[in-house]
Amino acid sequence: MTRTVRRRLFLSAAAIFATVLLAGFRGLATFGEFQGAYGSLLNRVAVGERHATNVVTAVVYDYRGVDTMGEESILFGATIGVALLLRRTRGERERRFGSRAAVRSSSRSEAIEIIGLALIGPIVLLGLSVVTHGSVTPGGGFQGGAVIASAATLVFLTGGYAAFRRVDPIPMIDLAEGAGVGAYPIVGVTGLLAGSAFLANVLPLGRAGDVLSGGTLFVLNLAVGLAVAASMVLIVSELLEQTLAIRESR
Amino acid sequence: MTFVIAALLVAIAMTGSAVVLTHDPFRQTAMLGIYGLLLAVLFVTFQAPDVALSIVAVGVVLLPLMILIALAKIEGRSR
Repeated sequence: MTRTVRRRLFLSAAAIFATVLLAGFRGLATFGEFQGAYGSLLNRVAVGERHATNVVTAVVYDYRGVDTMGEESILFGATIGVALLLRRTRGERERRFGSRAAVRSSSRSEAIEIIGLALIGPIVLLGLSVVTHGSVTPGGGFQGGAVIASAATLVFLTGGYAAFRRVDPIPMIDLAEGAGVGAYPIVGVTGLLAGSAFLANVLPLGRAGDVLSGGTLFVLNLAVGLAVAASMVLIVSELLEQTLAIRESR
Repeated sequence: MTFVIAALLVAIAMTGSAVVLTHDPFRQTAMLGIYGLLLAVLFVTFQAPDVALSIVAVGVVLLPLMILIALAKIEGRSR
């Protein structure tokens, strides 16, 4: 296919796409106008029904809790896929990282080391706070888990690969991942055992605005936080291993 | 507020195009981070802090890092 043919094909396809898109835009509601009744309804009933002041969390982990279980297992599957794809294969050997080669080896700038070290603790705390306050303030398991995982990447930036490995040993991450992913359906079955539906909110709801409010919301946020943090640390760790430790043997 | 949103939307359209039009992968990754940061600000102005938190952690920190590590691997192999 020559360049001109390709360009003509693209331009005609783009013209058709633009026409359809513009026609679609004309049918949209005006900016800022919300027509769905479901959102307004939940905004009115969620605090009373679930004692959760963050209605988003109430929707994600309770009213639509089964969807979130599916999403969590998608993340789990994707993580397994990455781990499988990046494993050490035949014809590759792993470089051993001694404890001495660890902390000070490369030409990292001191500014990055100092700022990074100072930030690791606060970021982990922030992540834990975002996870545990999921039913009260914006955030929750997914967001907090991702924040915690970003603290783990700071460990690599400041201490290098060996330090990263020592802080995040693979068996521990695997355990956290499994526990997080497994806890979600267990909470769901608890609903069945209590004589209600799967994932029904059967735990005491507490007082709206408290950390331990929202019943199962708190537990599910912890589970997802664990799974998300472990998934992301595992993905970064597999990528780092592939880049830094695995060499093609010749 | 409308002005802020309009300015943000224009800036996001510009940085989004810049991500696509940047050829050097390293610069492209940096641009992707800026794009994610602007998206986060937009989500805050739309009163969606939950989504803003997600995009900061995933789109600004973890995704660029994953791309950078992959680029480092490719560089190391071609050398």
